[in-house]
Amino acid sequence: MLEHDVLIVGAGLAGMRAAIAARDAGANAAIISKVHPVRSHSNAAQGGINAALTDRGDNWEDHAYDTIKGSDFLGDQDAVEVMCRAAGQSLIDMEHMGVTFNRDDEGKLGTRAFGGQRVARTFFVGDFTGQALLHVMFEQLVKSGVQSYEEWFVTSLIMEDGKISGVTALEIRTGQLHAIRAKTVILCTGGCGRLFEPSTNALIVTGDGMALAYNVGARLMDMEMVQYHPTTISGSGVLLSEAARGEGAYLRDKNGNRFMEKYAPNMMELASRDVVSRAEQTEINAGNGIDGCVHLDCTHLGEKFIMEKLPQIRELGIDLTGKDMIREPVPIRPGMHYIMGGIKTDVDGQTNIPGIYAAGECANVSVHGGNRLGANSLLDTIVFGERSGSHAADASRGVSFSNFNEDEVVSREKKRLQEILDRPDNGDRWSRIRREMGDSMNRNVAVFRTKEGIEETIEELQGLKQRYGSVPVHNKGKVFNTDLIFALELGFMIDCAEAIAISALERKESRGAQFRLDYPNRDDDNWLKHIVVTQGELGPELSELPVTITKWTPEERKY
Amino acid sequence: MDVTVKIKRYDPESNNSGYVWQEYPIAIDENATVLDALIQIREDDDGTLSLRCSCRSAICGSCAMKINGQGGLACKTKASESMDKDGVILVEPAGNMDTVKDLVADFDMFWNKIREIEPYLQPEGVVPEGEYVVSNESMLHLSAVTACILCGACVSDCTVLEVDKTFLGPAALAKAYRFTADPRDGDEDGVSRDRLKVLGQPSGMWDCTRCNICVQVCPKGVAPMDRIMAMHDQAIEAGYGNNNGARHADAFIESVGHTGRLDELRLPVKTVGITNIPALLGFAPVGWRAMTHGKLPPLIHKSVEDVQIVRNLYRKLEQ
Repeated sequence: MLEHDVLIVGAGLAGMRAAIAARDAGANAAIISKVHPVRSHSNAAQGGINAALTDRGDNWEDHAYDTIKGSDFLGDQDAVEVMCRAAGQSLIDMEHMGVTFNRDDEGKLGTRAFGGQRVARTFFVGDFTGQALLHVMFEQLVKSGVQSYEEWFVTSLIMEDGKISGVTALEIRTGQLHAIRAKTVILCTGGCGRLFEPSTNALIVTGDGMALAYNVGARLMDMEMVQYHPTTISGSGVLLSEAARGEGAYLRDKNGNRFMEKYAPNMMELASRDVVSRAEQTEINAGNGIDGCVHLDCTHLGEKFIMEKLPQIRELGIDLTGKDMIREPVPIRPGMHYIMGGIKTDVDGQTNIPGIYAAGECANVSVHGGNRLGANSLLDTIVFGERSGSHAADASRGVSFSNFNEDEVVSREKKRLQEILDRPDNGDRWSRIRREMGDSMNRNVAVFRTKEGIEETIEELQGLKQRYGSVPVHNKGKVFNTDLIFALELGFMIDCAEAIAISALERKESRGAQFRLDYPNRDDDNWLKHIVVTQGELGPELSELPVTITKWTPEERKY
Repeated sequence: MDVTVKIKRYDPESNNSGYVWQEYPIAIDENATVLDALIQIREDDDGTLSLRCSCRSAICGSCAMKINGQGGLACKTKASESMDKDGVILVEPAGNMDTVKDLVADFDMFWNKIREIEPYLQPEGVVPEGEYVVSNESMLHLSAVTACILCGACVSDCTVLEVDKTFLGPAALAKAYRFTADPRDGDEDGVSRDRLKVLGQPSGMWDCTRCNICVQVCPKGVAPMDRIMAMHDQAIEAGYGNNNGARHADAFIESVGHTGRLDELRLPVKTVGITNIPALLGFAPVGWRAMTHGKLPPLIHKSVEDVQIVRNLYRKLEQ
């Protein structure tokens, strides 16, 4: 039978970093992913990775302060400190591995400005930094010899006496179901963006790890904190990097005015993402937009500059909107992009469930709090991926494998999947239900929220959950049955959507990405705390955890 | 906008062992990509259709397939520009690979070739404490190659792989160049000697026939063939010119430089070496066929009329 000391679910940056770290620490590590590692969504990070390098006159405290202010003081400051202290070395490690970072005139690593930060500390590879990092991490994975189960879909976590003992997984290419024994499991499955429609997220970003963990008792924290990115393409929701604004692009309303003057007179277009998205939505709602969008204007940057610094997003603009940003502004709007919330972990990636770890977007350490700064997510994946991997390797040393009955586990899971396949073909398919869920979330749990709106969505989610119980799978085959995979993913997404909506309803204040029109102010007296959702017997249950504050006292947030 | 997407389908579990073409007449948005159309079919019309796709923005590399016979990314191909006059778009799985199901190609061969080139930085010198100090130009040059998303469109359409599956292929070779051209890889001078030696073996860089198809189909402008040719130069410079491919290139240059045209009779002799009797005998059947078909090159190779112009060009290039 397949068995590993450390089994990592998800092969994006966090997952591969964790696998390599676990292997380096001497563990028998393996990585399992529903797509080939280089297809992972870390690819889509465009702008860069933050680090405060002391030889540039920067320091980790300033990076930490910007991060904490960006989080609207909801980030746990001890965790932010761990991330920002580790950033410099993590960056240099990536460079040594072969990342082709852009350089300055002296041949040293070059930086660009990014939102919510007082100095330029974002290191980058053109405007495809995530792809550059992901591919290099894959190279290191190949070098490390870590076993990799590619295109295997984890269907459940196997628990024994409240501890993790392995996973069941469907080999997509053959339809064969496997059980894998593991002493520790690190969930690195990314966010859950597809439960919004539209979203910048790839189609594979369906909250698998969050829901898997939630369903065995893990805590989901800050789930209401959903980031709307200020520059996404209308319709498809595809992202145009913050790098554009970092490199000097303007946001303009229908009259050509740079409206950010009104909202963030100092930082202008480079205020925090939540601030810019709200400003855009306010202008659009007031009728100052252009067909539900505002303009991202790069025309003053010049062709040579754009071709060197922003080549991919220029292509995207041409491919998806027909506009060449060298010559004309591109219409953009706020769009769902990232979830700050996730599986609650400590700084070593441990969750409240023995043996289960989480890292990357599916985790919540919490470093991003109410709003993540651009270019802190790549950093998060690498720092906490590595820490989780080495901690899990240590924790699995001297521990023996659980001896669950493989046949029994496999046949039970097979039976569950067969029942789904055997459902009658009538009834709404996963695609219909997902779209309705996405519309509802994007309507009511978006940039601006109200009690009535969120309640409407919660009610709609209840209906969708019921219909999900009989969702048919038209493809009855075994080989590459994506119809079945999508149906299973929808179940994960509905769990996450519910956690997001009830957390948003619970937080009766406006902080970071959560803006309640009925509670428009931040309320530190009552709400400077994390909201936690766990799976109770009758459904989701809410609780709270304190925010760790070390040396940065919460203050009014102005940009 | 009405369109008919005609998909080459294959189901290994069906009794019908071959593939079938299936037509899906659908209405799509004017701006829709071929991928949008395929997703719409999968979500609204036919849940049994299998394909790989994820990011929708040409960065994950999942949706490479043949569209109207040519490899490319479905998410980067506009449907409106792919229709024939009857509104039909032909969609097939990527070529040069087996098909798993429908539009899902078996990428095992692809990944094995990537692994074969040892795809990770191998510096021989001392690793600095901070970053490597290298020029921005060198990194920008490499970034144009690391922009490769490993989608496999080039491998799908490679004309060498079509006849020789042992060829490393354009994606793996471009990836290899990403290291051989990296000032951090190889010795203190950034020369990746070991790599160039291995890549010069049969099925390696010299097996590219420079048909240019990989350059045409690459959705990211990586231009694999150009990278392979740049690697040829690196190999010769590093002293690995003593092989058929390099000698072929040398003989080619010499012949044209001297007479203004290719001496097709001496090219094979110079390529394998005049003393390499077994290899020369191997050309006999080709020579015989050429002769019997009246295609044998003239025994006496003459210069072109204005050969001086060619020689001047060469001189300028050398300067």
